[in-house]
Amino acid sequence: MRSYTPPEYLVKIDHARCRRCGRCVKGCGFGVLSMASSIWARSAELFKESAEELAQVFARVSEYAADHVVADSRRCVYCHWCVAGCPEGAISVEPNPLAYKPNHHWEPHHLKNIWLQAETGGMVLTGSGNDKAYFNYFDHLLLDACQVTNPSIDPLREPMELRTYLGGRPDALTVREGPDGKIGLETSVGPQVQIDTPIIFSAMSFGAISLNAQKALARAAKACGTLMNTGEGGLHEDLYPYQDHIIVQVASGRFGVSADYLRRAAYLEIKIGQGAKPGIGGHLPGEKVTADVSATRMIPVGSDALSPAPHHDIYSIEDLAQLIYALKEATAYTKPVSVKIAAVHNVAAIASGIARAGADIITIDGFRGGTGAAPMVIRDHVGIPIELALAAVDERLRQEGIRNRVSLVAAGGFRHSGDVAKAIALGADAVAIGTAALVAMGCHVCQKCYTGNCSWGIATQRPELTTHLDPEEAGERLANLLRGWSLELKEILGALGLNAIESLRGNRLRLRAINLHEHEMSVLGVKAAGTQ
Amino acid sequence: MQTLREGKVRIPSGCAVSAILNVQGQRINGEAIARSIACMHERSNGLGGGFAAYGIYPEFADLYALHVLCETEQARLEAETYINRDFEVHRAEPIPTRQVPAITDPPILWRYFVAAKEGRVEQEGAADDRDFVARFVMRVNNRVPGAFIVSSGKNMGVFKGVGFPEDIARFYRLNEYEAYMWTAHGRFPTNTPGWWGGAHPFNLLDWSVVHNGEVSSYGTNRRYVEMFGYRLELQTDTEVVAYLFDLLHRRQGLPLSLVCRALASPFWQEIDRMPPDERELFTALRQVYGPALINGPFSFIVSHSRGMIGLNDRIKLRPLIYARKGDFVLMASEQSALCDILGEPDEVRAVWGGEPIIVELQGGVAQ
Repeated sequence: MRSYTPPEYLVKIDHARCRRCGRCVKGCGFGVLSMASSIWARSAELFKESAEELAQVFARVSEYAADHVVADSRRCVYCHWCVAGCPEGAISVEPNPLAYKPNHHWEPHHLKNIWLQAETGGMVLTGSGNDKAYFNYFDHLLLDACQVTNPSIDPLREPMELRTYLGGRPDALTVREGPDGKIGLETSVGPQVQIDTPIIFSAMSFGAISLNAQKALARAAKACGTLMNTGEGGLHEDLYPYQDHIIVQVASGRFGVSADYLRRAAYLEIKIGQGAKPGIGGHLPGEKVTADVSATRMIPVGSDALSPAPHHDIYSIEDLAQLIYALKEATAYTKPVSVKIAAVHNVAAIASGIARAGADIITIDGFRGGTGAAPMVIRDHVGIPIELALAAVDERLRQEGIRNRVSLVAAGGFRHSGDVAKAIALGADAVAIGTAALVAMGCHVCQKCYTGNCSWGIATQRPELTTHLDPEEAGERLANLLRGWSLELKEILGALGLNAIESLRGNRLRLRAINLHEHEMSVLGVKAAGTQ
Repeated sequence: MQTLREGKVRIPSGCAVSAILNVQGQRINGEAIARSIACMHERSNGLGGGFAAYGIYPEFADLYALHVLCETEQARLEAETYINRDFEVHRAEPIPTRQVPAITDPPILWRYFVAAKEGRVEQEGAADDRDFVARFVMRVNNRVPGAFIVSSGKNMGVFKGVGFPEDIARFYRLNEYEAYMWTAHGRFPTNTPGWWGGAHPFNLLDWSVVHNGEVSSYGTNRRYVEMFGYRLELQTDTEVVAYLFDLLHRRQGLPLSLVCRALASPFWQEIDRMPPDERELFTALRQVYGPALINGPFSFIVSHSRGMIGLNDRIKLRPLIYARKGDFVLMASEQSALCDILGEPDEVRAVWGGEPIIVELQGGVAQ
């Protein structure tokens, strides 16, 4: 069926600068660019049933005296791989100004999706999370800073502590005094995972992203003393050397889950929900299940990997408690167990149940969270912002007197260290970053992860594309990002007159709201800017 | 008129602290501490002063002495109704004061010497009578508008208000009291323009705290102790320190040395260099009590019936001097304040950042 959608972007080649090296042609995962000669052949193939059109094609062929790069703008997703990689700077991509008539009610994506669904009868898929102009609460929260009476602390001269431990904790410690007068510990605190900065990497599975991308995340996690997360794709053996810095996920599909897999983790995570698609399962198309993915996930090559929304052995909080303790048993109570849920309306009550079911860590993923593939209607209309969810959960756990028993990890669209600091002030122990990590590796958030054609070599399993990502260099970029954000966090702490991240956690007095309604400030537990 | 409190107005601060303890329990007159704190007059601004005195009510040593600050007579009557419901009241009287020109518009100040009524502790489900009294204090401060129990220990009392500390001492006639331990505070308010409940010391049961500095981690600390049932109604950051000591030591049984190390923890770089046993203990302390870490500039003097503790923030942003002469131990913001009453001390030194100075009575004093 003929498509009604116009090209959204126009790809332009400056032929005077182009040296015809062909890098862009070979590297574009979406087949936008080709050498003119191949276009002729393809055109001829396309129009072979029409003699008249064929004649026109051959007429156009004559225009191309020499072989050169041509672009099929319709296929362009605006990922900018060709633009960033062209050694001559000869490629530019611009939004197509004539694609859609301006209309505040019928916006381009509405029209495009209707045409797409009219052509296919399917769900509209998308990747990389919600891009809609929903209100962003982080942008309406401001941090405090010290002035005279309470001096700021200079992070260049004083220790500034970001070290964080994730795990469940007792309410109190019991100690005993030995005969020599030395005080010894009687309480066992339980398994704790140390991270040197309160930022970890979100779950991104092998299958959704390439092995090179996972290796880059693992290298950076190790270099920065933090954690990456396998997602639900199993643990590839190339990642074994980084196992102390890896969270392994047990999701509904149970892909790659074995006793060995569990034992190799820094901590275990039961994935119930995901911010980008609460209440929705996952689907890795068979074409992405390569030999390597198949071995890691323990499923046949080429088979679709379907992870349903519900775990089919969890239909109640009691069932979840059983799985938590099954995982603790399997790892001899040496590793914390986390439960990850999406931010939904009654997330506070759910989190309370999860804490009481024995989880050591609760990860809450807000509706700005990313994903490889989600139905657009779910991504755009289901779930709530992480800021509100986090504040509500932290408050509820405190009201019940159990906040100190669990660690809280917040995720869902963190863009900079300011977001991180604000989340910690709202009550998070640590934050998990997904899209920001992908961006550090080169991702331009084209939101086409679900096609498997990522030209940056990140969200793809196509061998010719995965080589675009050098795990060593990408790992360095990620480590640099974490270092940069950590330095900024130290500056923020110093400005607040704090020298330990613990003193920012849940310290909502150091936040003020700007342009928020009373009820929103009440949920966030913050006062208005200008009040003391 | 509603007084302004934390969260409503804020004024930059200085503050002065001073404390004297006779480790043999010998009682001394309140004039000495008043002279000591007056020596640091410039560190206050007349918007707050206060004293805590231990051993002042020997005739009621077994009873809780509730000092109640009431903004109206109605508030006092309401607080008294609660007191009569839960306690046997052995004596109720206005706290003796004298007119001092500098002290204007004082609230109604009463004290009650009480013991829990038979069976009430059990009915309340409290662990013991101390727990019962602590809950009672929280309840009155939280529920009775305009009434605040500012002192609730045995054989001790807190005397505080709006004014320079030397005026407050005259106002409360402290020269008529003798105590084996005195602490004093001159306030240059950080958080309020000065209201009577917001003056230091802050007290709960046996604990009283005077503080020179500001608690930057107040939001975190406050929300932490609230989980354990504490209600912060005096609306000044120092209040939380008294409750942290109460929670960690009285309720959870952590030794005082460790409580101090939880509140002013060693840095990780120091913990990492400790021998394994010690490292494990201090790591656990930080993992479990991270929300109790006090951040920001502070020098605290925390008193309880068996001794006193001096504690500085871990990067030493505020002054605290320790001195000893014979059986007397003194701590103050400035050395002059110590020498003024001690003469030449046997030992004098600055308290280091994060270093707890824990001084205990050597005997001779009833609990």
